Amino acid sequence: MSAITLHNLTLGYQRHPAVHHLSGSFAPGSMTAIVGPNGSGKSTLVKGLTGFLRPMEGSIDRGGLLQNRKIAYLPQRLEVDRSFPITVLDTVLLGLWQEIGMFGGMNNTLWERAAQALSTVGLGGLESRAINELSGGQFQRVMFARMSLQDSPVLILDEPFNAIDQQTILDLMAVICGWHDEGRTLMMVVHDLSLVREFFPQTLLLAREPVAWGDTGAVLTEENLMQSRVMAQAWDQSAAICRKVPL
Amino acid sequence: MNQLFDFLVSPFQEFLFMRHALAACLALALGCGPVGMLLVLRRMSLMGDALSHAVLPGAAIGFLVSGLSLYSMTIGGVIVGLMVALIAGAVSRYTSLREDASFAALYLVSIAVGVLIISVRGTNIDLIHVLFGTILAVDDPALILVASITTLTLFTLALIYRPLMVECFDPDFLRSVGGQGATMHFVFLVLVVLNLVAGFTALGTLMAVGMLMLPAASAHFWGHHFWSASLVAVFIALFSGYCGLLLSFYGDLPSGPSIILVAGGCYLFSMLFGRKGGLLSRAQRGPHLTG
Repeated sequence: MSAITLHNLTLGYQRHPAVHHLSGSFAPGSMTAIVGPNGSGKSTLVKGLTGFLRPMEGSIDRGGLLQNRKIAYLPQRLEVDRSFPITVLDTVLLGLWQEIGMFGGMNNTLWERAAQALSTVGLGGLESRAINELSGGQFQRVMFARMSLQDSPVLILDEPFNAIDQQTILDLMAVICGWHDEGRTLMMVVHDLSLVREFFPQTLLLAREPVAWGDTGAVLTEENLMQSRVMAQAWDQSAAICRKVPL
Repeated sequence: MNQLFDFLVSPFQEFLFMRHALAACLALALGCGPVGMLLVLRRMSLMGDALSHAVLPGAAIGFLVSGLSLYSMTIGGVIVGLMVALIAGAVSRYTSLREDASFAALYLVSIAVGVLIISVRGTNIDLIHVLFGTILAVDDPALILVASITTLTLFTLALIYRPLMVECFDPDFLRSVGGQGATMHFVFLVLVVLNLVAGFTALGTLMAVGMLMLPAASAHFWGHHFWSASLVAVFIALFSGYCGLLLSFYGDLPSGPSIILVAGGCYLFSMLFGRKGGLLSRAQRGPHLTG
């Protein structure tokens, strides 16, 4: 198993950095919460990690995970067409894309895995429902079941609990902890700090600049949080060129 | 009874050009049904429209080279249609302009070029032919062309069905698992252009998109799945072709607009009475259930 290492990473848009000079690594099997105020670069970092955004400076060493499609990713704002005529089962089965591809068929083992994934997220019995009939929470459960089926060593989730009720959060958190127990590497953007304190061993606190990265207890101090609030402001239109030299 | 049979069948029995036209409509319907449904699903209905206009300058150049020749106009239409689709796709991918806007910009330019070419070199009657088609002059080569395009369309759709569906539903996911979404999108655009070109020999560049969009938009009110809705679209297209031909035969009307008007009637009917979200089904919902 390999981890993801960031070397002096700067990501951003139109030359303005949104993640500025970030170095560090996500250890194999670690479970890291990425926290910070709005606009602190959390989603930008996730887009960088998943290869949707190219670094402006520095690099990300994923040990070939990206080329081998071993990173499962749940975006924050899904570009999913919720009115699309597709059933819960078919949506979940998309998670098997790498195994069955364009033309492959299902076999007994795969059907069992799919049933297992559905029951883990508590959707047993809803297989033939159309996804436009689901509530927001149920739909997120579908997305989690699909992620389970992908069977990736690295999973990245961007605010999966937006507008999700408490019970669903607890159920899905149990799924996430299950992935952690299986030794997968997890990164998740979260806003709920109590959730982070309860479940996540590691935390990365961002405010465009990295504020702190390490054990959750040591990172989520009042001092660090205060500092993150001050640092994350809108970008400066007339900012000068950054000449910071990597450490 | 016999009279009714005569009324419905005899035009096709007696006249070869009516049989040809009907066969062309049959082939068109088979290809346009699923492709139109996909355009509706992908919210690209207006892009289909834009592409149909984009075919015009190609057809016009073909016309310029060899008059009202099917092959040169078809080849011209395919080349320019694909070019516009490709450029519009590239513009939306590599600049900040969205795809609908880039399609609109390109089709306006190309329709202006097309009309200009024809009006400089041809007569008004030629322009009418290119814009509105001459389905009653569909000959053997044209029939073979339309049938080939339909066959190619159906086989290609069967081949790329799975990734194309995923690309419609969740493009980011397909990208994250390396599913060649952009390629599928482009192959689909090629199919759209081919079907438009197949349509324009019969219905003209202005009306071709009608066979693509109207049956699909009507079928949206009937089918819950892609395949069932596509079947409905094929049948509506067939029905429109048949009735439209009869209408033009007995009423001495141009065939293209007749066919499209019948399809328009089907659309109106579906909108009013369609089971899936039609006006009437919305008004009469019935008492609510217990759970």
